[in-house]
Amino acid sequence: MMSAVPVYWFLMLSAVLFALGVAGFLFRRNIITVFMSIELMLNAVNLSFVTFSYQLKQVNGHLFTFFVMVVAAAEAAVGLAIILTVFKNRSTLNIDEVNSLKN
Amino acid sequence: MDVILFLIFAIVAVVCAINVVVQTHPISSAVSLIGVMGSLAILYLLLGAEFIAAAQVIVYAGAVMVLFVFVIMLLNAGAEVRRGRSLMVQLLGIPLLISFLGLVAWFVERIYPPTARVQFGGFTGGTPRAIGQALFTTYLLPFEVTSILILIAILGAIVLARKEID
Amino acid sequence: MGSFFVITVIKAAIVFAVLMTTLAYLQWVERKVIAHIQVRPGPYRVGPHGLLQPLADVIKLITKEDLVPSYVNKPLYLLAPFLAITMALLSISVIPFGPTIDVAGHRTWMQLTDLNIGVLFVLAVSSMGVYGIALGGWASNNKYALLGGLRSSAQMISYELPLSLAIAAPLLLSNTLSLRHLVGTQAGAIWHWNVFRGPFPQIFSFIIFLIAAFAETNRVPFDLPEAENELVAGFHTEYSSMKFASFFMAEYANMITVSCMATLLFLGGWSAPWPAEYGSNWVPTAIFALAGVLALYHGLHPARRRDRLTLPVFGIVFFGIAAIFQLAILQSWLLPLFWFCAKTGAILFAFMWVRGTLPRFRYDQLMGFTWKFLFPVAVLNLLVTAFLVALVG
Repeated sequence: MMSAVPVYWFLMLSAVLFALGVAGFLFRRNIITVFMSIELMLNAVNLSFVTFSYQLKQVNGHLFTFFVMVVAAAEAAVGLAIILTVFKNRSTLNIDEVNSLKN
Repeated sequence: MDVILFLIFAIVAVVCAINVVVQTHPISSAVSLIGVMGSLAILYLLLGAEFIAAAQVIVYAGAVMVLFVFVIMLLNAGAEVRRGRSLMVQLLGIPLLISFLGLVAWFVERIYPPTARVQFGGFTGGTPRAIGQALFTTYLLPFEVTSILILIAILGAIVLARKEID
Repeated sequence: MGSFFVITVIKAAIVFAVLMTTLAYLQWVERKVIAHIQVRPGPYRVGPHGLLQPLADVIKLITKEDLVPSYVNKPLYLLAPFLAITMALLSISVIPFGPTIDVAGHRTWMQLTDLNIGVLFVLAVSSMGVYGIALGGWASNNKYALLGGLRSSAQMISYELPLSLAIAAPLLLSNTLSLRHLVGTQAGAIWHWNVFRGPFPQIFSFIIFLIAAFAETNRVPFDLPEAENELVAGFHTEYSSMKFASFFMAEYANMITVSCMATLLFLGGWSAPWPAEYGSNWVPTAIFALAGVLALYHGLHPARRRDRLTLPVFGIVFFGIAAIFQLAILQSWLLPLFWFCAKTGAILFAFMWVRGTLPRFRYDQLMGFTWKFLFPVAVLNLLVTAFLVALVG
């Protein structure tokens, strides 16, 4: 039994990655890096799904992961198009400077 | 063997994830994120999710991240300017993060007793055949809805990327 | 368990050595083919018929000064060629070159490892290959390299779609993702190969696959990332010595991989075009004997004074190879290997032939071609195949 990994190690790894994603999302000011932190969080959640799928010996978790990937791909396409438009109009990527609604 | 593999790739994933957050240049963050995704793909293989592992590399590392790298190169985004953070954030941020993680770890350990273990080959239901079967029977409606979502995303991206927008 | 480990290490060493030699000599073959298309002899000075030219090139590249410009992004600049060559060589590990072989009482496949998601693995690894080029172009801190890297990432994302769709169609016929089983479903005769097999022959997806493969490997007519008359040398402008050689080798390794994939997916892998009882065993002997006769004829021709020694020697070597193919002990694994190499070699020759023939596309033509023509045709082909497979099967 020494060669087997406890299931909760995977879940803890997932929690660590998610926390790092949250930290990046809150602390970073570059809009692209913020977007990448979201992807990191999605990846962490995917790891949890696959681990639960292993634990319950069912394929459903894999399908949730699959849907998350599809949605992330669609989100990346639209999000990066928005980033391109923002950069074209304001020539900055700093999210603090994109504040014309506030002023 | 499984423990060694898990430890290697878990450490790679965590180090790369820290790198994503602390690097100031977006392209370094992007390369680190690719590292996270690659090591997660190998952990998926360990969990018997071979199709998801392949999809992770093809979709995430091979398509989504290429798009990111492409946009960073296109915009020629420079390094982020560091701002001085307030003293409270610097003092409290890391201890709070660690205590939050400790709390999560405690909960997880309570829910999952250490007898539940992962062994390579313990679950072989992640083949493309099994996933396809579930996708086109149980999950047919979500599948069709995601295809519409992708269509909308394509249209949105094209509308946003048009030149006339101002 | 111990013997399995030893066999795997030996197989890995053999595959690596053969692959490296092939990479070096593919360059020689390409220069020769293009030279003959342009009616000139090509490399001729180093060794007989320039046969030692690859060795000279390797020595030259290793001993050159390894320059790192001072203004580059160093970690990524060093990572990029490493990434390119690793991803290019990795996909060879799942490609089967032939059926089982018996060596010293051990039966093993002529393949490093078989994955039941082999096709997806090759796709995944090749989709990672773009980072080598994109990051190399960006990290060089040079406008031409950046343009080359940008072009290549856009081009490779775009052409990956028709490539994947073209791969999906024959998979519907064969109903497996394992490369080894893929060949098993096409065994027998030429009309069982996916490219000719009913209910819908995959000839269209074969052509789409080849066109997309040209773009994925950055070959003429789609070599815009390194278009030398507008971008100096494209993404590898700032690279020298072994780092440049890594990019170069990665390109050729990718060529070999896509040729192997085309052979496995569409052309029946190592299976002979017609059954052995109708004499397919004699084809390699006949081909090599014919080559030997031609070499002898030209070598003994009084007008060709230069080749008086080399061509007859080549002829005798060819006759020897022809004789080896008739040895009953070796036939069981030599013949499949011959068919695999012949099909892969034919596709590689097509790569060189196209390079010697076609001009380069303009960038907007390149993008318009894939999005407005190749992609819709690939979708249509996949739909028709799926409908017919559902109706018949």
